[in-house]
Amino acid sequence: MQLFGKSSNAVARVSLVGGICGIFGLAWGAYAAYWAPWITRVGVEIPQRVPFSHKHHVGDDGIDCRYCHTSVEKSGFAGMPSTEICMSCHSQLWTQAPMLEPVRESLATGQPLHWNRVHDLPDFVFFDHGIHVAKGIGCSTCHGRVDEMPLVAKRAPLYMKWCLDCHSDPAKFIRPRAKIFDMSWHPPLDQATEGARLVKQNHIETLTLQDCSNCHR
Amino acid sequence: MKPLPAHSPLAQDAHEKLAGKRGPAYWRSLEELAETPRFKEMLHREFPESMWKTGDGVGRREFLRLMGASLALAGVSAGCTRQPLREIVPYVRQPEQIVTGRPLFFASAMPFRGFAKGIVATSWEGHPTKIEGNEEHPISLGATDIFMQAALLDLYDPDRARAVMEGPMVNTWPVFLNRLHGVMESQKQKRGAGVRILTETPASPTLVAQLQDALKAFPEARWHIFDAISRDNVLAGARLAFGKPLETQYAIDKTKVIVALDSDFLFTHPAALKHVRQFSDGRRVSGGSNEMNRLYAAESGPSITGAMAEHRLPIRSSEIEALAARLLTRLQGNANAKDEPWLEAAASDLLAHRGSSLVVVGDDQAPEAHALGHEINELLGNFGQTVTFTEAIVHEAGTLKDLASDLDAGKVDALFILGGNPAFAAPADLEFSARVGKARFSAHLTVDANETSAACQWLIPETHFLESWSDARAFDGTLSIIQPLIDPLYNGISAHEFIAALLDQTGQTSYDIVRAHWKGTEEEWRKAVHDGVAARTQFPTVEARRNRTTPSPPPVSTHQTALEAVFKPDPALWDGRYANNGWLQELGRPITKVTWENPALISPALAKRLSLENGDIVEAKASGRTARLPVWITPGVAENCVILHTGNGRSRVGKVGTDMGTNVYPLRNEANLHFAPIELSKTGERKLIAATQLFHLIDNSERQVLRESILSDFRKDPKVIQEQIQEPPCDETLYNVGEFDYAGPRWAMSIDLTTCIGCNACVLACQAENNIPVVGKEQVAKGRAMQWIRIDSYFRGSPAAPLVTHMPVPCMQCENAPCELVCPVEATLHDHEGLNLQVYNRCVGTRFCSNNCPYKVRRFNFLFFAAADYHTPSLKSMLNPEVTVRWRGVMEKCTYCIQRIQAARIPAQEENRAIRDGEITPACAQACPARAIVFGDLSDPKSRVSKLRRHPLNYGMLAELNTRPRTTYLAKLRDPNPALEEPVHG
Repeated sequence: MQLFGKSSNAVARVSLVGGICGIFGLAWGAYAAYWAPWITRVGVEIPQRVPFSHKHHVGDDGIDCRYCHTSVEKSGFAGMPSTEICMSCHSQLWTQAPMLEPVRESLATGQPLHWNRVHDLPDFVFFDHGIHVAKGIGCSTCHGRVDEMPLVAKRAPLYMKWCLDCHSDPAKFIRPRAKIFDMSWHPPLDQATEGARLVKQNHIETLTLQDCSNCHR
Repeated sequence: MKPLPAHSPLAQDAHEKLAGKRGPAYWRSLEELAETPRFKEMLHREFPESMWKTGDGVGRREFLRLMGASLALAGVSAGCTRQPLREIVPYVRQPEQIVTGRPLFFASAMPFRGFAKGIVATSWEGHPTKIEGNEEHPISLGATDIFMQAALLDLYDPDRARAVMEGPMVNTWPVFLNRLHGVMESQKQKRGAGVRILTETPASPTLVAQLQDALKAFPEARWHIFDAISRDNVLAGARLAFGKPLETQYAIDKTKVIVALDSDFLFTHPAALKHVRQFSDGRRVSGGSNEMNRLYAAESGPSITGAMAEHRLPIRSSEIEALAARLLTRLQGNANAKDEPWLEAAASDLLAHRGSSLVVVGDDQAPEAHALGHEINELLGNFGQTVTFTEAIVHEAGTLKDLASDLDAGKVDALFILGGNPAFAAPADLEFSARVGKARFSAHLTVDANETSAACQWLIPETHFLESWSDARAFDGTLSIIQPLIDPLYNGISAHEFIAALLDQTGQTSYDIVRAHWKGTEEEWRKAVHDGVAARTQFPTVEARRNRTTPSPPPVSTHQTALEAVFKPDPALWDGRYANNGWLQELGRPITKVTWENPALISPALAKRLSLENGDIVEAKASGRTARLPVWITPGVAENCVILHTGNGRSRVGKVGTDMGTNVYPLRNEANLHFAPIELSKTGERKLIAATQLFHLIDNSERQVLRESILSDFRKDPKVIQEQIQEPPCDETLYNVGEFDYAGPRWAMSIDLTTCIGCNACVLACQAENNIPVVGKEQVAKGRAMQWIRIDSYFRGSPAAPLVTHMPVPCMQCENAPCELVCPVEATLHDHEGLNLQVYNRCVGTRFCSNNCPYKVRRFNFLFFAAADYHTPSLKSMLNPEVTVRWRGVMEKCTYCIQRIQAARIPAQEENRAIRDGEITPACAQACPARAIVFGDLSDPKSRVSKLRRHPLNYGMLAELNTRPRTTYLAKLRDPNPALEEPVHG
């Protein structure tokens, strides 16, 4: 007795091809999802209770990064401005703006402001702002043109591969100390030679730069 | 209860095996000495099959079935979630000195046994995460002991008393104040005749002044003092010898010969940390000196001090006094016949070192024994040299017995108990917990709800010493200000505020009270708070004049074969106050390595006589009461002694300590607080005891893991250690040629076995620094304890009186690391400074690395052990933010405190300079009171660790395997008296 009908051949062929395509498709899907902004949040503006605009404060007003992120040069954590820092200007400017009500309320009640994190590394990664600033990695290299962002969004996925792009060849990204906080800095045409010179000048130990212990402990 | 796997009969075996053995024989347990099958299984398999079955009755299959669902869910959720949005919460007003992301350090002091130990606490944005010793403090000298390290967990303990309680009902402080006001008003007419205050020996001069004020305001009121582990006999002995109470200050740095009579002056003494520093400096051959002090010890149980002795005499505690009398007679030249060789040798050594010798008598010994000790020291001309005296702080306070009889007489209207736990720890015949009920009003100020607060009408939560202002005096008199590191977590009231409330001064804060008592200028106050010590406040030395009347020599005990119980404070839980501290409960006790339990320690000979095995439950009968507890056969215990550790077996304490171990206080009577006749009878029942000495084994029989020699041999031939085994002149590497040429720093550690006293401070320092979880008794029994550094105690010689050597074992950070090559996912790998890194987020938990590690220093998270720390809000604040909290299924190990390396490297690189020698101190080295652990850079030939590497005593454990360990050891040296026969070595 014939167990399989004629159509079985077609079914077998289709399922073979389909199966293989399906596996690749799934792999492609996973890969796409891994890099999708939904997962990485790259370019996704994070909502904030106080819609603080870096574009306005940095781009228009020209306030230095360190005015608010006070510990960026001396600590691993760049620092988030205390309510008092906000109010050092806003006790004089826009004192009645409804947008700033949570800030005024925070100072009055002593309850801190809550900000949503934009750049959040996993807990097993220990990043240090201070050493990056000291060695010539500028803010915009990782954070992008913050001065053009009304609400801040990530510019890079912060995946390890992305970190290693620089840790394997810092000369591509390093800039002079004077330009660290310059949002509009672009690598010059001779970045290859200039970068190599800066790496040497700043005593960057390229050999140990990829040791796991630099970031994982 | 399922029968436990039988330990093989080892007591008999051990003796026979030893008799047949030749050459050096080192063993970590009697099982190893007897080479039992169980030991062999443990040696060859790191995680033997049988381990799945012990204890809880949940087998591997059942475990998988139970865990199946949650494992599956974990897999789905871990792979497919995206990172949740989290918040940053900045300050409203940033405190001036806080730089977010960097810790601050504050000096303070920890009160213990009525004296201060200076600390420096690390604080991250307002929560303390680590306690270190204060280098400026004359007692702690920058070091810590286990209690100082563990105080942090006590602070954050979620089981602490949280609210004012009236009986079982939650109440409030104002209501209590109201009630108190009524009580005290009615007492005013009676001049306080019904008021009784019970405290422990107070460390705070301010509190003493407040109590004196209270006694002035209520002249008929009485103050009583009770310490479960008291030093009363020491002062009574001084009174006997000098007619007044004096504290004896030992200058061990000037001492060449020490005789310790039942004294644990390296651990239980209030100045122990200073003693350890001076003692170890006096035998540190690696510093270039060729001299060593020599220690003789006579004691019943193996103490930390006794284990350091060149010559240790196991003897019943009750015979120590007679021994001291015989020693005195011998020193006076009045002895007719030859005595015990130990005593003869000690005596002639003492006589040869007049003015540079020392006899120390233990706290538990009778006042007469202390008087004998003073007489011997005077006879040897040690007064003013190695022994000086200061005035003792004596309080006008009654005893617990006085209080008990007042309670019986109905004289007590209001009883205030400040701290302590007398209902648990009082001598059994006082029946204190029942008698507390006779007070018409009673309140207990306490950090945790315990047996005493259950007996009192009111419970008032007390502040931890890290939460409140106070002050304390060190053993040499130096004053420290105790400053709070955090606001009270649970609305605690300090003892100062409590006494102020008694006196109707409720508006005053602890700060006001302490500051007002201080009296100095603001500048002096600020300096004292900042430094942690107040300058020039130590007690002046006083002249001691001994009464000429010598106490009559004690009658020599005639019942030397009768069994004797010796009560000692638990070496981790002390009198029971730390019973809820998981770090301390899980700490392998010195010598025995028993965790979570306080078995009766008995000698192998007694075990043989009563045919007892480890874990057998016996019924112990002493002072007319009985207790049932397991036994642990311990080499070095005096033959007819049963060592009972107080402190475990708490019935009312938090989740960790309740019903753990056995309460032995019921066996203690007012008349025999320290030793008592005891009877043991076997019950036939058994109890699981989790001892770590059977885990992480290294085969010792063929390889010389531990190396030692004696000073005279070392003087003759400094190469004596390195000649014991030739390391291969091998330059084979596991890596590509030139891959690691170590151009930068080469981190290394040197551990001095001669000075290590095995006090466990490093183990707890590491646990606190590196967020190491507590795993619980069941898991320890399966060999899953997580501490990254362990202390192996090796015995040599007869099980009755062995020599002990402690060997701290952290990761060796091999230059040729066997662990690295077998990892399939590159989760453990080398860095360019030579560290073996463990990358937790890569680890998939194959455990190949641990299997391949010859040193057995890797620890695997079988379960999510950190869950308690991670999910309990208060414990979360305790975690070191610089170190990852490890998840289930991840291997971990000592990192040389890589977070501390980074914390030094980053500023050094920012300043474009090299890291200075001594700039990095791993937690273990920082805690070590003996300074036995030195860390540094081998690339710098001038660094301390490089110098120690070149020392002839330096050797690498199992270095013949060509692992090239970065952690190396300085071999153990002893300086035995040639007059006493030593087991031949080598």
